[in-house]
Amino acid sequence: MIIFPVASQKTSHIRMTLNGEQVDVSFAPYKTLLEVLREDLGHTGTKHGCELGECGACAVLLDGKPVLSCLVLGVECDARNALTVEGLGLERTLHPLQDAFADPCWISILMRVAIRFAQHSPASCAGAPDISRFLRPLSPPWSRLRNRMDQRNSIRVRGCLAPRS
Amino acid sequence: MPNQKDSPDLPAKDSPANAGEFRVIGVPRRRVDARAKVTGQTRFADDIFLPRMAHCKLLRSPHPHARIQKIDTSRALAHPGVYLVLTGKDLPIEYGILPVSQDEQALCLDHVRHVGDPIAAVIAREELTAFEALDLIDVEYEILATISDPEEALATPEPRIHEYGEEGNIHKRVALEFGDVEKSFAEADEIFEDIFFYQGSTHLPIEQHAAVATKDPDGKLTIWSSTQTPHYLHRALAKVLQMPPAHIRVSATPNGGGFGGKSDPFNHEIVVAKAALLLDRPVKICLTREEVFYCHRGRHPVLMKFKTGVKKDGAITGMHLQTLIDGGGYGSYGVASTFYTGALQTTTYHIPCYRFEGCRTFTNKPPCGPKRGHGTVQPRFGQEVQLDKIAEKLKLDPADLRLRIVESPDTVTANYLRLSTVNLSECIRRVVKTSDWKEKFRKLPEGRGVGLACSAYLTGAGLAIYWNKMPHSGVQLKLDRGGGVAIFCGATEIGQGSDDVLAGIVAEVLGIDTFDIRLFTGDTDLGPVDLGSYSSRVTIMAGNAALQAAERARELLAEAVAIRLEVPKERLRFADKSVFDSAAPEKRVPFHEAVCLAEARFGTIGTVGSYTPPKSPALYKGGGVGPSPTYSYTAAVVEVAVNPVTGWITVPKIWIAHDIGRALNPPLVRGQVEGSVYMGLGEALMEEQEFRRLPKRLSHALVHKFPSMLEYKSPTSLDMPDVVTELVEEPDPRGPFGAKEVGQGPLLPIMPAVANAVYDAVGVRIDEVPITPEKIMKALAEKRAGRNPRYGPRHFPHVDWPEALRVPPPWEGGDGNAVNDVPRHSKPRPEKEKVLSS
Repeated sequence: MIIFPVASQKTSHIRMTLNGEQVDVSFAPYKTLLEVLREDLGHTGTKHGCELGECGACAVLLDGKPVLSCLVLGVECDARNALTVEGLGLERTLHPLQDAFADPCWISILMRVAIRFAQHSPASCAGAPDISRFLRPLSPPWSRLRNRMDQRNSIRVRGCLAPRS
Repeated sequence: MPNQKDSPDLPAKDSPANAGEFRVIGVPRRRVDARAKVTGQTRFADDIFLPRMAHCKLLRSPHPHARIQKIDTSRALAHPGVYLVLTGKDLPIEYGILPVSQDEQALCLDHVRHVGDPIAAVIAREELTAFEALDLIDVEYEILATISDPEEALATPEPRIHEYGEEGNIHKRVALEFGDVEKSFAEADEIFEDIFFYQGSTHLPIEQHAAVATKDPDGKLTIWSSTQTPHYLHRALAKVLQMPPAHIRVSATPNGGGFGGKSDPFNHEIVVAKAALLLDRPVKICLTREEVFYCHRGRHPVLMKFKTGVKKDGAITGMHLQTLIDGGGYGSYGVASTFYTGALQTTTYHIPCYRFEGCRTFTNKPPCGPKRGHGTVQPRFGQEVQLDKIAEKLKLDPADLRLRIVESPDTVTANYLRLSTVNLSECIRRVVKTSDWKEKFRKLPEGRGVGLACSAYLTGAGLAIYWNKMPHSGVQLKLDRGGGVAIFCGATEIGQGSDDVLAGIVAEVLGIDTFDIRLFTGDTDLGPVDLGSYSSRVTIMAGNAALQAAERARELLAEAVAIRLEVPKERLRFADKSVFDSAAPEKRVPFHEAVCLAEARFGTIGTVGSYTPPKSPALYKGGGVGPSPTYSYTAAVVEVAVNPVTGWITVPKIWIAHDIGRALNPPLVRGQVEGSVYMGLGEALMEEQEFRRLPKRLSHALVHKFPSMLEYKSPTSLDMPDVVTELVEEPDPRGPFGAKEVGQGPLLPIMPAVANAVYDAVGVRIDEVPITPEKIMKALAEKRAGRNPRYGPRHFPHVDWPEALRVPPPWEGGDGNAVNDVPRHSKPRPEKEKVLSS
């Protein structure tokens, strides 16, 4: 049953901050933030996997908090601030978490740990913190993550680490 | 400019025993595709957006078994934004992955065989418009009786789900006998008979299937698809679209996981190709998660009956295995799967006498196919759990029992599989040591237990899917005057790291960095044929082809440099992006100059390498499934905690040792081991491809019980235990730098080890997978009532087995051939398919 045919829908328009830059975008109002990012803003780094918020492949940071972008409407994002995997790194080096992971299935975890890192790390370049040391105080699921990183020779990163604010 | 080396000094913990021998091989390094993936820049199929691109959605049958009487697409075609509607009559030519099961149509013409079988396609301006238009297609069905499981299939010859196959709804029966099994039972001290059931499961890749097809600027067809097998897709497209393969380009985009679920040519791929040609615009399709469940091609549910004779000391005198396999609605890889449910039992422990009977039936459910371990996983479960029961009866430690009967290296098994290196004993010793097995087995408090199991797996199927005499893998190398090297190969990166394997091998041989190498893989236009990413074949086959091509290139460079440096070319070494005299290292030229010297001397530099597996000694009919250049081996110990009141199982830790030959890139290898453990744990504890009937007041259709990631239970990072991985590295002469496989082997021992651990913990046998709290509680109730403390199938149905093909094993003077001819049950085999359809 077709309730609101696509052909009859006007477009919506929002202005938001994406990975530190202001963007204006128009899109069909039924679209989720995930669809807007991928289809209208060309940021395909965030993925869809399950259509119902179970798999985490669509995780982004919205106003600093991790959200499942497949469950957020595009129209809810006017005047808000989104950070996707494309915006995690700085211009020259990979964000230390990108350096540690190499698998798109980890995007969700990567985004969540990124926010913790941003809360706890110094704002300026401060040398080479050990990621595993950073993760140690975190709660059990993350300590298991830390163990796994130790097993895989967790990585010491050189260079500037402050994420974009 | 970001440097490959801006990552780190990784500690040498993962280096192999002979560290220092190589600069790239065996040295932990970032994989070549990692940066693109973690920055979100890798272009998966659904990330492709082209100008004027249209979107396709498929209309799928709501009935499990029906005939299509009438389809009216006029209302859909009239819907604003719809460009095209296709039905079965637009794509009637049948195709399928195996030459003997060309039983699929891109859109069903008149017969639907499972809920989800595609019957029409809408191509529209937006995805949502296409979805809307699906509801506007009017279809009239004649409902046919549903066949829901193999027992029903055996009892219900009509209506036939397929007109081919052996008879009724039996797709394939196999009967092979290697030696006199009845005699071997007479010689045994003890006979064990057990029935096991292994439930089906699906691959659940995070990336759904997706494909984009377009007519490229010069009018040829190009399709990007999340496929593991671009070459086989290429052949299917040529056949169905009736086009020369030379006018079709298939580019396999990196897969967000495949695990065997993306190795068939699919309806949706053929449909978008056809639509793109008709509309002259790009057409994309991405399956919804629910559609992926219905597309399936996953683990066959298998009922198994094992009868094994053993001597008091544990030596096996003979084994008789029967399997009954639920194939679903189509053939897919099913004939191969049927053989696989019997082929590898002899590769781990010495079995002098072996009889195997397998039967695959069609049912009205999504078709089953290859899933990580392909058909060998189910019987391995049965064999390892039965061995645990045997050990208990014979009062032997399960590890000690296995150590006594491990097969020897460099032997040929009863069913003519040639084994190369076999380091299963070392794997068992390692897990026994690291897990403290001796302190724990039968010694932990009630509710805690440990279980051990072993397995073997192929490193690539010895035969191609279609019969031919050509290489299974080819690599072309291009060397740049600037020192860059390009690798062209059909091998497909599905996340398993095949690109990194190729780059690592070439970098080692030529003395350069993997970052200096560009890869062009998985593309039928750009690279020579590689058969695809399945059966763990890529490291050994594409890897050996790359090794050959790289060595040929090195030879050319060495010759040119030898002249320039006036040094015998045997003394030249390639390392650190230079070519130098090993006796006087200051005499050197940079790598790029070596290329220039070679180009000046020989002309343009380009080399090829190829690989064909050695001929198998298994010459009997059916001997084509099972042979492999070599086999990997794995042993695992799983510790479980079982709550005796609720039956709830947790798995705190797993110790696993894998005989890998050589770990080409240790972190990548460990990732594959852990990923295999993860997937094994999912199957062991919770995953089930279960079906139910909708209420009678609706359609009473046989539907998937939980086709979503919310309800289909699969482990998360919170369920994953700590995994202690040991790599056993005795280089195998068959593999590049001695490497064997790792993508599938480590999965197999997990499920039986969990079952064995549950028995150690609470004294009940769950002879079924998945091992759930409900089943444990039922078995505990049996135990409390003084009955057999077991949950599992009690009965193996009667099957009219054909007369067995008798193949005397090597030690009885056999030569790999059968000594009897058996009458055919089925119609005569079609003419051997021509290599290129045209």
